[in-house]
Amino acid sequence: MSGGVSARSAAVPGSPVDPAAGATATPSRGRLVLRRFLRNKLAVAGLTVFVGLFVLAYVGPLLSPWSYTDQDVTAYLQPPSADHWFGTTQIGEDVFVRTMRGLQKSLVIGLLVGVISTTVATVVGTVAAYFGGWVDRALMWVVDLMLVLPALLVIAILSPSFTNWLIMIPLLAAFFWLIAARIVRGMTLSLREREYVQAARFSGVPPYKIIFRHIVPNMASILIIDVTVNIGQAVLAETGLSFLGFGVQPPDVSLGTLIADGTSSALTFPWLFMFAGLFLVIAVLSVNLVGDGLRDAFDPQSTSPRARRRWRRGGRPR
Amino acid sequence: MQGVRRDEYHDGHAAFEECADRLPPPKGRDVTGFLLRRLINYVALCLIATFFAYSAAALTFNPLARYQMRNPPPPPEVIENLRQELRLDEPIPLRFLHWGAGVLQGDFGETITGQPITMELWSRVGVSLRLLLIGTTLGIVLGVALGALGAIRQYRPSDYAGTLFSFVVLSTPVFLLGILLQFAAIKFNDAAGTTVLYFTGETTAGFQGGFGAALLDRLQHLILPTIAIAFTQIALYSRYQRSAMLDVLGSDFLRTAQAKGLTRTRALFKHGLRTALIPMATLFAFGFGLLITGSVFVEEVFAWYGMGEWFVRGVQVEDVNIVATVTLFVAVLILFSGWLSDVLYAALDPRIRL
Repeated sequence: MSGGVSARSAAVPGSPVDPAAGATATPSRGRLVLRRFLRNKLAVAGLTVFVGLFVLAYVGPLLSPWSYTDQDVTAYLQPPSADHWFGTTQIGEDVFVRTMRGLQKSLVIGLLVGVISTTVATVVGTVAAYFGGWVDRALMWVVDLMLVLPALLVIAILSPSFTNWLIMIPLLAAFFWLIAARIVRGMTLSLREREYVQAARFSGVPPYKIIFRHIVPNMASILIIDVTVNIGQAVLAETGLSFLGFGVQPPDVSLGTLIADGTSSALTFPWLFMFAGLFLVIAVLSVNLVGDGLRDAFDPQSTSPRARRRWRRGGRPR
Repeated sequence: MQGVRRDEYHDGHAAFEECADRLPPPKGRDVTGFLLRRLINYVALCLIATFFAYSAAALTFNPLARYQMRNPPPPPEVIENLRQELRLDEPIPLRFLHWGAGVLQGDFGETITGQPITMELWSRVGVSLRLLLIGTTLGIVLGVALGALGAIRQYRPSDYAGTLFSFVVLSTPVFLLGILLQFAAIKFNDAAGTTVLYFTGETTAGFQGGFGAALLDRLQHLILPTIAIAFTQIALYSRYQRSAMLDVLGSDFLRTAQAKGLTRTRALFKHGLRTALIPMATLFAFGFGLLITGSVFVEEVFAWYGMGEWFVRGVQVEDVNIVATVTLFVAVLILFSGWLSDVLYAALDPRIRL
């Protein structure tokens, strides 16, 4: 019974997340946000490019006759040509296929780290704030402690024991949830006192249900934005670690290792690192644009040009 | 979302307010006590963090592997000796205590090749601090200026240019930026017909010359790494400053300031910029951590023998003492910057002081 009560209490008109509203005449919040997002050309372009990169990274290698470990003994260090679209390396490896392989790694790691770290941040932040007391203090102490050391240093220290590149995903995720957890905690502190949460609590709904049905949906916007921000940051972190040799290990490749390999001869044979660098910047830039567009879509007031322009015109003494 | 904090996560407001939450409520004129309490808290965090890094390094590193894999293999007694010397058989907390006791007396131990760390430490600290201090100063000053300008001139070409700059720079990893700068430097030097900008090392090896010439030489080496490290900082701070400033621009008190007769410029500087700087104070600490990570790459790309480069070498040769020393250095810097931002916060926001 309690489930029914709480579901209805969540659907109070005007409450930020209103599951019933989609069925009625007024457009739901989700649809409004979507409409605002689609109006933002840069953000839509970012999303298209990001999805396009994913498709390219997985379909591209299929179109090429080479694999990322093949060595073409007839072409060493050749500039881009019809045979090798991005040229070849010192030992005749095809740069295009290697770049796509690296792009796969970097994108998959980035995407998974983004999703996992936001999930962890949501659980830790809501649990800390909802239960309060020593749970809160202990969790926040852990957050404070982990914020002291840059992720890069700790992961680099652990890197000699890596045997598989997949280990990068949980390790990076372990350092990406910290700040978001603090923000989620802060929001939960205020949401916890809302009437509908109180009502659910007093009608006997268990805490985990309250958290996932009444608290988390009310910060969906910030969580979605957090995922996109984290994807971009995670891609940068992974390529950075791989660049230093502490991430993805040869013979496998990531955009970071490709750039590292290419730098020694970057000036004479720029195709060795140029394409990897270009794809890296485009990937991160597109995610960042999506994140920015989402923020504006969720919160139109954050950048309201008209209100500010009015102030500027009226405010200038004439 | 009534009552709930706005979703300006990336633009930092939620993050700012969240950090501000950690500050205690104003308590009389007890700012010294407040700063002292924070300092003690930071020292404790510093110790624990270094211990964790030391333990992680001691657990994963196998410094003997390099010797065992040699061909022909060294006699077992040599390995055994080394094991004794590096105290590899003792439990890790004991090893940490031994190392920590040395640190308190100014002795950071030896590298696995037997060089005393303390000797090399100070020159490397100097190299790194030069880069970090200049980079962070430039980053903060230019970033705040660019952001404030962007807000004041919102939706004009200069604002778009600034936003485009920050977006591209924030999407470019520091190591790639460094390589591209080297590219640009070669083109620039070719155009100038002489070597104006150097991109390896912090001085020319075996440089001979007077004080002025030496200073010029260092400056020529300094320019590119500083640009590489400052760019990211400028981009980061300008984004946050722009959005903080936009919030202030729409506020009533700024209109009031103009209504009582201040010119727009005066109102913007006296009331606008100062208010918009308050939340930035907490961000500086966060940005400093990013800066340290960036400096590892910059030192690696430009072959500066600083702490970051040392750390990379330390992990490559699996040397626990080097890694622990650099970690301690980083933790001290980050926590000092955190404490400094508390001080700044107290200085800028009268609500904390009174």
